[in-house]
Amino acid sequence: MNLEDLHTIAQQHHEADSKLEHILYVCTGTACQSSRSEDVLKAIQAELKARGLEKKCAARPGGCQGLCARGPLANLDHGKRIYQHLTPEDASAVVDSFESEPPERIQLDKQLPFFTRQVRVATQGGGLIDPTDLESYIAAGGYTALLDSLMHKTPAEVLQEVVKSGLRGRGGGGYPTGLKWSTVAKAVQTPKYVIVNGDEGDPGAFMDRAVMEDYPFRVLEGMTLAAYAVGASQGYIYVRAEYPLAVKRLQNAIKQAQKQNLLGSNIGGTPFSFNVEIRLGAGAFVCGEETALIASIEGGRGVPRPRPPYPAESGLWGKPTLINNVETIANVVAIVQRGGDWFASIGTEKSKGTKVFALSGRINNTGLIEVPMGITLREVIFEIGGGIPSGKKFKAVQTGGPSGGCIPEQYLDMPVDYESLTRVGSIMGSGGMIVMDETSCMVDVAKYFMEFSMAESCGKCVPCRVGTAQMYDLLCKISEGRATLDDLALLESLCDMVKHTSLCGLGQSAPNPVISTLRFFRDEYLAHILDKRCPAGVCQMKPEVMEVHS
Amino acid sequence: MSRVVTLKINGQDVSGREDETILQVARENGIDIPVLCYLEGLSAVGACRLCLVEVTGVSRLLPSCVTRVSEGMEVNTESERLQRYRRMIVELLFSEGNHICSVCVSNGHCELQNMAIKLRLDHIGMPYRFPVRQVDASHARYGLDPNRCILCTRCVRVCDEIEGAHTWDIMGRGINSQLISDMHTPWGESETCTSCGKCVQVCPTGALFVKGKSVAEMTKRPDFLPYLAMMRNRKNGS
Repeated sequence: MNLEDLHTIAQQHHEADSKLEHILYVCTGTACQSSRSEDVLKAIQAELKARGLEKKCAARPGGCQGLCARGPLANLDHGKRIYQHLTPEDASAVVDSFESEPPERIQLDKQLPFFTRQVRVATQGGGLIDPTDLESYIAAGGYTALLDSLMHKTPAEVLQEVVKSGLRGRGGGGYPTGLKWSTVAKAVQTPKYVIVNGDEGDPGAFMDRAVMEDYPFRVLEGMTLAAYAVGASQGYIYVRAEYPLAVKRLQNAIKQAQKQNLLGSNIGGTPFSFNVEIRLGAGAFVCGEETALIASIEGGRGVPRPRPPYPAESGLWGKPTLINNVETIANVVAIVQRGGDWFASIGTEKSKGTKVFALSGRINNTGLIEVPMGITLREVIFEIGGGIPSGKKFKAVQTGGPSGGCIPEQYLDMPVDYESLTRVGSIMGSGGMIVMDETSCMVDVAKYFMEFSMAESCGKCVPCRVGTAQMYDLLCKISEGRATLDDLALLESLCDMVKHTSLCGLGQSAPNPVISTLRFFRDEYLAHILDKRCPAGVCQMKPEVMEVHS
Repeated sequence: MSRVVTLKINGQDVSGREDETILQVARENGIDIPVLCYLEGLSAVGACRLCLVEVTGVSRLLPSCVTRVSEGMEVNTESERLQRYRRMIVELLFSEGNHICSVCVSNGHCELQNMAIKLRLDHIGMPYRFPVRQVDASHARYGLDPNRCILCTRCVRVCDEIEGAHTWDIMGRGINSQLISDMHTPWGESETCTSCGKCVQVCPTGALFVKGKSVAEMTKRPDFLPYLAMMRNRKNGS
């Protein structure tokens, strides 16, 4: 396979498509699958066959189209029409509507801000690429960046584009990707490794899952570009076993790419060789931390170790290792294809490009979006997200999962970028956004996340192991109306201690949900403690049981 | 050969080799940094967080047992903030297990107890968790009382790194972590244990003990370790 072959495949694909009158992509992401989208697809295909239209119209499996709340979704003729809430019984109505208007019930307004306000880079294709078919990806321009780089660019040139793009790690930390790459590229030891971190574990986050499910070839292409730039020969994709569809699609993608010589020895006939293997995680949140992830791949317990040495210097099997998040790697393809300057023109001064967010909680348009950095929270939640259901009042948005914080209403017009979010006590995180309305109790929210951190702590260092458990107990006490102001003071000093003394990022950020809710919603804590009352009416008060001795 | 560097610890000018840690250089100069998981001769894991120090120009606190010295470094090991954190860490350890000194074989010889005294801890400011943990007395010569275990993993490391048996390891996660022998079989039925007793000698508390010792009778002698480690290094030519 070389560049010309790619063009030929793409051309053939486009020619074949142009002979079709209609192409329908039915979302087969996890969310739509759970509402029977595969049956919908089969029913529509059967309907086409029954009407003898299968030569003229095609119904294909596609990736996530974003608006999960309205699923199963389908997209006709690249956005001419979008369908919602499909059932297998709607098959004939859908096929009827190829030429006429469909019933209102299954029609979705394609002019919704949800669709028009997005900018797609990592999720380019918008679900209109068959995730199981390499040719479909090639037809959408896939693998040109890789083969062009292997044939016409030096590794240093590829690296330079990524440095120029200003891309920062999308897993949460926001470390400059170009800097990480150049550190690994500079390391002298060989072999080197590239690891893609797909151990997404925060509650309310499903960005990486969608990218792996819908664009598995893009992940592979990005990895291969990274490997070329830093001089690595072996790659691992670390995926949690809770993502069976992502694993299946990645396995399929690896097989197809190997068959076409886009992965393996002498890729595209060049001297460059690179292999990729999948490693399954057992669903431990701490394994998203890079040193714990490496320990897990090596077959040990998923326990972090102190850094330095950083993985760039001594990582997997003690060798230089590049670890990037799934979304970061997916961005690389577009950066190499269209240039670092193009990517840097999107976003804000210090946060370049776009970010994928998973909208969930009390919001109308639950789903997956990709927006340019610097967009305001208000635009995300009220325009794209469609606001709060049943006329309730917005209270806070939680970003960054158990490592992040809750952002109240007064910051809704703040731009979404790494620095701004940090300034208000939250973090960008991997991209989960949980919207809360007046019926959510902030003490309860903090308790929920602390329970998560406590359960996911690996137990290696004392502050995180015992500190999270003590903090959780204190939060339970507060939420049940049994706490005193002394308990609140102890909670605050524990937050400070655990944040500054824990070994890895999990412990260091575990107090964040408590710190941020205390900062903006202290009155709710005080209502629980002093008035024994939960203002949102969520917490059940259990005043101390009196022991009576007879 | 590593270069020799000069640095300041608590305002005192000291010198060290670049491959030495802050803790090593501090000890050579008579500066005491509290530790519980670190033991000379075993690999350092940075888990107890008692040896955290402040380094000028670095916003994070650094574990001195794994942080190497560098030229011009300015280290503070004794700030009020560090002392406060250390006291809280020891409080957390006391609240986690069931540490009842008056009936413990290691009373008077316990590193956790000594640490509390050194940090002038006169009470525990957080609720005790009172976990329910079973004593393992199945071994012929030694016993394990997990109520006194602080999960420092010295026993795990000495068994793996020095004895080469790897009988001990940690099972579970977070607050449910526990020390186990083999694949969670009783110690006495362990197929890998050589009954060498090194784990008992390095254990900082009364969690691992020699059977037959009564209250306050269990003294431990971990001093064999540096010699063993030194002899091994010599044998390996480094």
